[in-house]
Amino acid sequence: MENIVQQIINGISLGSIYALIALGYTMVYGILRLINFAHGDIYMMGAFLGYFALSFWNFSFPMGLLFAMGGAAVLGIIIERFAYRPLRLAPRISLLITAIGVSFLLENLMVLWLGASPRPFPQKIPLEIYFIGNIVITNRQIIIILVSIILMFLLQFIVLKTKVGKAMRAVSYDKETALMMGIDIDRIIALTFAIGSSLAAAAGVLVGLYFNKIDPYMGIMPGLKAFVAAVLGGIGIIPGAMLGGFILGIAEVLVSAFISSTVRDAVAFIILIFILLIRPSGILGKYMREKV
Amino acid sequence: MRRNYILIFIIVIILVYLGNLAKGLNPYFYQLLVFWGINSILALSLNLINGFAGQFSIGHAGFMAVGGYFSSALSVYQGEKIISLLNFLPLSVAQEIVFFVFLILGGLISAILGLIVGIPTLRLKGDYLAIATLGFSEIVRVAILNLDVVGGPRGFPGIPQRTNLSWVILWFIICLLLIRNLINSSHGRAIISIREDEIASETMGINTTFYKVLAFVIGAFFAGIAGGLFAHYLMMLHPSSFTFFRSVEILLMIVLGGMGSITGSILGAFMLTILPEALRGFTYLRLIIYSIILIGIMLLRPQGIMGGKEFSFSIFRKIYTRVNKNENIGSK
Repeated sequence: MENIVQQIINGISLGSIYALIALGYTMVYGILRLINFAHGDIYMMGAFLGYFALSFWNFSFPMGLLFAMGGAAVLGIIIERFAYRPLRLAPRISLLITAIGVSFLLENLMVLWLGASPRPFPQKIPLEIYFIGNIVITNRQIIIILVSIILMFLLQFIVLKTKVGKAMRAVSYDKETALMMGIDIDRIIALTFAIGSSLAAAAGVLVGLYFNKIDPYMGIMPGLKAFVAAVLGGIGIIPGAMLGGFILGIAEVLVSAFISSTVRDAVAFIILIFILLIRPSGILGKYMREKV
Repeated sequence: MRRNYILIFIIVIILVYLGNLAKGLNPYFYQLLVFWGINSILALSLNLINGFAGQFSIGHAGFMAVGGYFSSALSVYQGEKIISLLNFLPLSVAQEIVFFVFLILGGLISAILGLIVGIPTLRLKGDYLAIATLGFSEIVRVAILNLDVVGGPRGFPGIPQRTNLSWVILWFIICLLLIRNLINSSHGRAIISIREDEIASETMGINTTFYKVLAFVIGAFFAGIAGGLFAHYLMMLHPSSFTFFRSVEILLMIVLGGMGSITGSILGAFMLTILPEALRGFTYLRLIIYSIILIGIMLLRPQGIMGGKEFSFSIFRKIYTRVNKNENIGSK
């Protein structure tokens, strides 16, 4: 029993990272109907930005986190401006291929620059271990969970309570009508990319802190899994991405603890196939019948 | 009709002969030709699903892996036994027949899996099929990693080398003819109508789920065949050959070549076979140039090089008549 509680705690910390990445996926999908395959690599870039800020420029951890988030937001806007915006009217598959191209480009630029071997992430926050009964919690897990919950609340606040958030919801609901209402669609899309990218960057820095190692290919698997999390919760729905991320993280940790750690990577995709069979619109999604 | 069959037969004989001739080639070029052929089969079969039926599948590497591993496992564990049963035939003939049968079995297993994955997911619309196929191919890869019979993470060595250019050309022609004839038949028009407008074609009485599953299963079958050819050429399989990257590579072939264009698929397969080789001199910059070319082509020509059109020799006639006409106008 204690073991299960322990694994669930580990699962929540892993899940909050998936949730942060999934949020970016779901926001971009909601607004552009694009599976942004480069998102996992923005998470990787975020981790590296954090790495530079913490190790070379000696930022404190919170400042490093903010710097990585800001840098990734700029990167997200640049990618959107030069790779995705020219294809606004093109078939959606070309947009998807471009996203894959951007993903390769980011990975290989980092490999060219820094090499493919993993680097240790600077440990700005010394590890402390707390015991509650027999259950172990580290201060890093607490930081991961707290930071992601704060960021999620912030995002919910922006989307639900501010004018910009209202515009974002309007654009994702109906682009043309939003345009007629005087919303600058390009600016809102750029902003969506900025917010999604900064959340992914935060996840990257938190992963660096948690697993202590980063490399240019680190974004591929978490990227795909976070996408699964977004689908699981209902793609395009922000609370769905959080829920999906937590479920996925917990399921993955439980499977690797109690069944086998080699099937760990398949868990996400098995869940995915099941959810598509049982409830294709996701846990929180509403099934929308296509109209003529 | 009969003349057509005779013509095809003659073409096959000539190509098989050419395949044998090509053995005298530089082994490097020979290998590139083999890979071009295998990639063309993959691209054609994916184009049937993505380009013609309009169903977005990004898990082709999974089907390729299933076919490749299944036929290789048969060759490794049952091959010798069955070949010795056919001892009334010359050894080389027996080997070729057994290889042919194993390839088809690999393709069939892959097609059956395609059916199992396809029936539930093809009822869904839009990106869900893409996601499900992606999930399927990852599950296949993890399953192979955990299967000790086929070597798991160590890879699967000891596969006899049976594939040569003649086999590749033969399968390429089978695939090409089957898909071309399917597309030009009334069934093919039903498949294309799903791409154009699913709801409208359903209203016209077309059983859209049936045709989507049909396209998907045929695509999976040929992906399995291509996997078998690939395995029996390299004599060794490794799960890392069938990652998401491989699926993307096949997708790139058809998108660069042009979705819904048969000649485009072959052209795209050619480009993606040659491009990594042509860029080999750039070592580290290679993958960066590769991705920039990719983004560049998409930005400049989002519909792919061929668009939905086919390349045919009649284009020369058209140009010729147009030039002649212009000359006539000029002389008046």
